[in-house]
Amino acid sequence: MINMENIIEWWAFIVAGLEITIKLSLVSACLGVVLGLVSAFLSKKKFIGVFIRGYIDLFRGTPVYFQLYFCHYAVPILFGIQSLNPAVTAVLVFGLNSGAYLSEIMRAGLEGIDKGQEEAAKALGVSQKDITKDILIPQAIRNVLPALVNEFITLTKETSVVSAIGLNDMMKRYTFVVADTYSPLEPLLIIGVAYYVLNKILSFGGKQLERKLSYD
Amino acid sequence: MIKVENLYKDFGPTIKVLKDCNFTFEDGKTYAIVGSSGGGKSTLIRCLNCLEQPTSGSVYLDDIKVNEPKTDLNKIREKMGMVFQNFNLFSHMNVKKNIMYALVKVKKMNKEEAEKKALALLEQVGMSHRVDSYPHKLSGGEKQRVAIARALAMDPEVLLCDEPTSALDPEMTTEVLKVLKNLSHTGLTMIVVTHEMNFAREVADYILYMDGGEIIECSTPQEFFAEAKTQRARQFVSNML
Repeated sequence: MINMENIIEWWAFIVAGLEITIKLSLVSACLGVVLGLVSAFLSKKKFIGVFIRGYIDLFRGTPVYFQLYFCHYAVPILFGIQSLNPAVTAVLVFGLNSGAYLSEIMRAGLEGIDKGQEEAAKALGVSQKDITKDILIPQAIRNVLPALVNEFITLTKETSVVSAIGLNDMMKRYTFVVADTYSPLEPLLIIGVAYYVLNKILSFGGKQLERKLSYD
Repeated sequence: MIKVENLYKDFGPTIKVLKDCNFTFEDGKTYAIVGSSGGGKSTLIRCLNCLEQPTSGSVYLDDIKVNEPKTDLNKIREKMGMVFQNFNLFSHMNVKKNIMYALVKVKKMNKEEAEKKALALLEQVGMSHRVDSYPHKLSGGEKQRVAIARALAMDPEVLLCDEPTSALDPEMTTEVLKVLKNLSHTGLTMIVVTHEMNFAREVADYILYMDGGEIIECSTPQEFFAEAKTQRARQFVSNML
């Protein structure tokens, strides 16, 4: 049965691992959004589009767990360099990974914009740069907001594999706790609740944003 | 003054939409472009501000060639306002911001000035009561009146209207045409692609009849409706009335 003492003793230690999850998700999401937007715009270009599509293809075609291992252990050998700080590796991998997915989402968002919107701005003499920044991107984001929130929730949960390269997130702390108590039940319950609450907050935030952007 | 010379527009290798169009639109006049659907009316008007790039030929605004890579197209477009069939209001901006946006971005006006101008224009088109609404809350006629105000905000020399009432019911058509009528003969050059024959008759100085991608004739409304010069135009008039 559940040993309440274990919960009381360990919950603070485990939940402290959320700090890594939150920081990593936030920075990776920002990197991912930028990469996603840039690749969405560039993936249709002739020359550079080949590379962009290749990048998307690679990152969608392999598991993120593998990507993390590969970047941490194989890339230094391939290029004869020192291993990067695991936190930096994790941000790069999750940023690139979610960028690949976000690029497809953003592309759908951009394609969903009536072309009259762009024409109207052009006819007013607005530069292409301002059209992209003020008309296309805001409308694309609004179009795909539910899918974006979905991607962020997935990203938050996927970061749970970073313990594999030694970051002290909740799953890593779980192994410490079990080594000490020989009881996996309590730490797992704590971790489950913590992830659930975190993602509830995320999806609530998403709903609020959606409401705000529905322009009523 | 807008001059069109030997203008051709093809879509793909087989579809020739404009064939050797030549015309000069004089300053301050109102032109109605009429003709059957598929005759090239919208394509012609969209070539004037290069929303469609002409395949060959030239468009000049006050002797500056518009379809020339060296020309600063955005400067030209500032002088040519455009009103679309589907309004194309920026859906993520409210009515006031729709009008202020280009004033601030393109004309580099400060926000207070832009707002003042927007409110004055909205008053002019009878939309003062909806300044904070978003486009999807407006009726078609209201959207089009806001779109007209947005185009006018740039103080254009020319107003291009591409079937401004084709998506509207008769009542809304009347309210939009009233706004356009008030604009004619204010010094603004107006070029209106329309199927509204009464509007063409009452408001236009000249009627341009297009068919099969060619400008068939240009007449005053009196001439056009009483005795058009060409057989094709006479046929069109008799079908319309």
